[in-house]
Amino acid sequence: MTDALSKLLAERDWLLADGATGTTLFNMGLTAGDAPEFWNEAHPDRIRALYRGAVDAGSDIFLTNSFGANAARLKLHDAAPRARELSRLAAELGREVADAAGRPVVVAGSVGPTGEILAPIGPLSPALAVEMFEETATGLKEGGADVLWLETISAPEEFRAAAEAFANVGMPWCGTMSFDTAGRTMMGVTSAEFGRLVETLPNPPRAFGANCGTGASDLLRTVLGFAASGTERPIIAKGNAGIPRYEAGHIHYDGTPELMADYAVMARDAGARIIGGCCGTTPEHLRAMRAALETQPVGPRPTLDRIAGALGGFSSESDGLGEDGPARVRRGGRRRG
Amino acid sequence: MAENDPEEEIILSELDDTELVEQMFDDLYDGMREEIEEGVRILLDRGWAPYRVLTEALVGGMKIVGEDFRDGILFVPEVLLAANAMKGGMAILKPLLAETGAPTIGKMVIGTVKGDIHDIGKNLVSMMMEGAGFEVVDLGINNAVESYLEAMEREKPDILGMSALLTTTMPYMKVVIDTMVAEGLRDDYIVLVGGAPLNEEFGRAIGADAYCRDAAVAVETAKALIARRHNSLAAG
Repeated sequence: MTDALSKLLAERDWLLADGATGTTLFNMGLTAGDAPEFWNEAHPDRIRALYRGAVDAGSDIFLTNSFGANAARLKLHDAAPRARELSRLAAELGREVADAAGRPVVVAGSVGPTGEILAPIGPLSPALAVEMFEETATGLKEGGADVLWLETISAPEEFRAAAEAFANVGMPWCGTMSFDTAGRTMMGVTSAEFGRLVETLPNPPRAFGANCGTGASDLLRTVLGFAASGTERPIIAKGNAGIPRYEAGHIHYDGTPELMADYAVMARDAGARIIGGCCGTTPEHLRAMRAALETQPVGPRPTLDRIAGALGGFSSESDGLGEDGPARVRRGGRRRG
Repeated sequence: MAENDPEEEIILSELDDTELVEQMFDDLYDGMREEIEEGVRILLDRGWAPYRVLTEALVGGMKIVGEDFRDGILFVPEVLLAANAMKGGMAILKPLLAETGAPTIGKMVIGTVKGDIHDIGKNLVSMMMEGAGFEVVDLGINNAVESYLEAMEREKPDILGMSALLTTTMPYMKVVIDTMVAEGLRDDYIVLVGGAPLNEEFGRAIGADAYCRDAAVAVETAKALIARRHNSLAAG
């Protein structure tokens, strides 16, 4: 059986994913501390509008409003038992919008991190993490998601737990990590290590890559790291629209639609096949990205200098690969393990 | 990595004080809790004051961990392991420090603000602050202004730390600080804020004493501000 995403990937060189969910919902009136997932039930029209914003701007894939719909995160809102139901609602609304689009649009069921650290370092057991991811995944499947979309993960253990849950529900999936700490994830995973991890899974994702993190430049450096490994697996690039800046009393992302259009073309030239935005990316940005991808010819793989020149500098000197990264010379003697 | 040649097995008790402290720096770095506990006991047996063990061996070692975390050499898992080893040593020292009436470095109340469940960054700050010898009272996630005020009243800390990981919850820090101002409490505490979406301008704009980019910076900032506070109290 071929899923909707694999079909599109077979037909097209690149696919446009969506932009920011949170940014858009806050513009619609979501207030601090509210769980966005409650809106799947309370304000379905606004969630449809969120999805349509991406579809009308030319996205081939959009993510459902279910990022925080897992028991660990809903617990704060006294709604831990509602993970499956809220996920199902998110996907149902997505199915509705995608089926009315008049062209193939993939409903990707968003699965975010639990927010907890897994054992042995943290308190969450892998078995419980699998159980939580499975609830969310089951709801998304029931609601009609085409694929599951794991995002913003930083720990390998959590990534594996989600993969296991997705195998249990029998769904195709994609997965991205956030590389926001000196070129690595918060837990220290490099792009190369993530690429290897993906290939060790019994049910590898249809596509893998990076989302969120620091700025568009850093994200492209990570994509170049994936591409350098020679992977055949489609690469996903979902970067923020620049960097959040606190100016004149409010927060805004400094990435213009033009900058994100450059980012999209460079992401494709760097080797990404699924390209979208993350925080700060509006339908206006998506439109500019789509137009650029359609009109600009494929170019050579961008160099780091060209990326920095077009999109701004990197947040750290190195991406943690190779020998040029920071290191500590130590006294020697015994080491753990 | 592992060089476990039995001939090179290090016997902590055979090292002189300087070598032992250096070895404890390495063992903290590698998150070796039992070795840290052993090292602490040896130094105490050799007549070191508990406060000296804390500051020279443990805090000294955690300083290196903090610097390498700041510089992108160590990441969260290694820091958590190091902090766990530190805790092992602290468990031995704590009752002795209390007995000897050693000076405390400072006390902090910390919590993630209302609406925000993220606690990994806040936990790291807690652990690094403890690693630096501070007493930390952790209020957990999702704290309303009342929860911070109650804790300050109860614990009488030097520092209030607030964390937020969402652009939508960070404005709540201002609610807390404004309430402190209104109740005339603001100047009684050092207020530190942190979290991924924040920056220095934001910290200044809401009236915090400082924004801390990461846990290592939080420790450095806390020490500097406490020292300045003591100086100004002494001068005043």
